[in-house]
Amino acid sequence: MPILTKSVKMMLAAAVALAVGSAAVVAQDAIAERKAAMKSVGGAMGTLVRFARGQAEYDAAAALAAFTTMNEVAGRYGDLFPEGTETGGDTKASPAIWSDRAGFDAEVAKFQVNTASAIDAAPADVDAFRAVFGPVGQSCGSCHEKFQLSN
Amino acid sequence: MKRLALAFVFLAFAGAAFFWFLTAPNSVPEARMVAVTAHTPDIANGENVFWAAGCASCHSVQGSSGDARLELVGGYELKSDFGTFVAPNISMHPDDGIGNWSLEDFATSIIAGVSPDGRHYYPAYPFASFSRITDTDIADLWEFWQTLPAAVTPDDQPRTDLGFPFNIRRGVGLWKLAFLNDQPFVDPASLPDDPLIARGQYLTEGMGHCGECHTSRNIAGAIRGDVWLAGAPNPSGQGRIPNITPHPDGIDSWTEDDIAFSLESGFTPTFDSFGGTMASVAKNYANVAAEDRQAIAAYLKAVTALPDLQ
Repeated sequence: MPILTKSVKMMLAAAVALAVGSAAVVAQDAIAERKAAMKSVGGAMGTLVRFARGQAEYDAAAALAAFTTMNEVAGRYGDLFPEGTETGGDTKASPAIWSDRAGFDAEVAKFQVNTASAIDAAPADVDAFRAVFGPVGQSCGSCHEKFQLSN
Repeated sequence: MKRLALAFVFLAFAGAAFFWFLTAPNSVPEARMVAVTAHTPDIANGENVFWAAGCASCHSVQGSSGDARLELVGGYELKSDFGTFVAPNISMHPDDGIGNWSLEDFATSIIAGVSPDGRHYYPAYPFASFSRITDTDIADLWEFWQTLPAAVTPDDQPRTDLGFPFNIRRGVGLWKLAFLNDQPFVDPASLPDDPLIARGQYLTEGMGHCGECHTSRNIAGAIRGDVWLAGAPNPSGQGRIPNITPHPDGIDSWTEDDIAFSLESGFTPTFDSFGGTMASVAKNYANVAAEDRQAIAAYLKAVTALPDLQ
């Protein structure tokens, strides 16, 4: 009499398959969620760049809303890169996120601080806006240089 | 039998001598060197060349910004199929860097890819693009270089590590015979007759060395002219360097203003921010003259549209 019967073995195999499969689903979800989060940041950035370049008339309420969107994403962005989501889903995340987590967290924190300052400043006109917008825009590139793959 | 052995020894010596002859360090044509040294340098143009040539991307500390990008201490590790190349210290430090070089030494490294002590550089240093830089731009760049700080190489800086036979530096001479020239990658006659596009061609193909990453290479590691700027595998292993031809697989949907703005700001038309090495390129190009960014944009819209390689 083998220790494991055939049916037990099958149940074990099914459980393993389910665990692996659901881990993959969780990974896909995390990747999709962080992509959506970054897209919303991109949308907000589009609004702000048009103000900065004078392509749209400055609208203080719209600028504040855009900074708020970014700050909200910045607040949860660090949690969207769990172990197991290094690859798949056409992710552009760099392996450096997982090999240098402290560095990544510091970049996310910088994004949080810069967007929070912009919200606190609540710039009323475009000159005041440009002063707080600079550091926000720079935090995109400084993080992507280290933690996003070349594109 | 003895005669056969002698014949083999003779052939081996003849082969070695021929290899030595073929791989001799190349030099800069006399007329070019005269033109470089006769020029009265323009330091402001030299700074523009410095940023357009992207020296800081490989030779300053990774992720640095502001004045730290002028400290050319080296250390960037460029991974490739041939091994890992490490960018050297090219700061003005007299011992660790290139502070004691002459203008002739500097021009020889850029145009011929040869060091002052007569050794070949590996083409990871993009002299196979830089050979197109004009004599006057080289002289201007060297003048600007004199203003850069001296930096000491840290003791723990990694060193270039290549597999056999690529670790035989002399072999680069053969590579140069096949692939080093100063001819345009794109036939200028195939482009619209427009000075802006011509300027863009000069910047993109030469000092900008865009093709070094954005074009696939042949088995010898040389840029393939038939798939010019149509994207390439990322040498770091993950992801692809994008196609930047005006094809739907490339940047067909980008306007010239989109391209010029992305070079200045690092933002794509969908307000994604450039990642990895391209983020560093945008930091350089933020300092380049606006009309030069426009020129590159005009050129990129004018090259042959090509699909991604399958």
